[in-house]
Amino acid sequence: MPLSLEGKTYVIMGVANKRSIAWGIAQSLAKAGARLIFTYAGERLEKNVKQLVETLERDDSLILPCDITDDNQIEQAFQQIKEEVGTIQGLAHCIAFANREDLSGDYLNTTRDGFLLAHNISSYSLTAVAKAIKELGLMNEGGSIVTLTYLGGERIVKNYNVMGVAKASLDASVRYLANDLGKDNIRVNAISAGPIRTLSAKGISGFNEVLKEIEERAPLRRLTNQEEVGDTALFLMSDLSRGITGEIIHVDGGFHQIGI
Amino acid sequence: MADTLERVKKIVADRLGVEESEITLEATFKDDLGADSLDVVELVMELEDEFDLEISDEEAEKISTVADVVNYIESQQ
Repeated sequence: MPLSLEGKTYVIMGVANKRSIAWGIAQSLAKAGARLIFTYAGERLEKNVKQLVETLERDDSLILPCDITDDNQIEQAFQQIKEEVGTIQGLAHCIAFANREDLSGDYLNTTRDGFLLAHNISSYSLTAVAKAIKELGLMNEGGSIVTLTYLGGERIVKNYNVMGVAKASLDASVRYLANDLGKDNIRVNAISAGPIRTLSAKGISGFNEVLKEIEERAPLRRLTNQEEVGDTALFLMSDLSRGITGEIIHVDGGFHQIGI
Repeated sequence: MADTLERVKKIVADRLGVEESEITLEATFKDDLGADSLDVVELVMELEDEFDLEISDEEAEKISTVADVVNYIESQQ
């Protein structure tokens, strides 16, 4: 079975700039022949996404606004996608946010607002999007939803704090959504990427030191890059992974297996 | 110094969408050049790549003007 996505359409949510993991995924899917639809939140990112999309070979990509904290915007965006393409074969959810002050020091100082904000954007958004897809009948059998999580949701990672708790919630959502959507033969999985030098990651206190640690200690003795995550997403979007759902695949050079 | 400033100007102009003539040594990123906090993080990453150096969180927080950036880069080379 070839790993071609010719004739298929995928939604990519959360490209911020050229370093975004979402952009790595977009490039892998584009290379496999997929048509892509991008969503962004806020004018600031619109410009970045447009510039990047112009570098793709195909010129039939769509770019739509979608603030995932607003149910109306989600409905509008996905309604528009339905009108434009009918059905999609997959969606990559690459969205997370926490206040910078909540990404350093002690987790126990997280405020209620900071906690809710991180969970709303980073975790509930996946459920909201899955619900919109289901209600609009946007994905047929064989569809695949992929989100991005991180080891900080399974283990203690210094300074990751409230994002770790939100990722744990996201991981649990992946399992429950996999069960709900499994009835329609739609799969839901997460990729747990090793730390990558993205805009989001730079918001975490002491991130440069984390990268050095990984380079020395990960079984593969190197950092994970966007292309590696993109290619794993390609596998998860393709029928080659048709038996996999509710799974968290670590693309981190094996770092999650390290004890001491 | 002049060379560093020119390279910094190019990155800042490209990142913030401002004219190079506006990017003086005294210009502050936030007030004069209209950078928000995300812009600053993106700038720091672009500068790290361009000059092959590391700008720690502590140093990044101290950056206010274009001169701060140029001086820091010069001090690292």
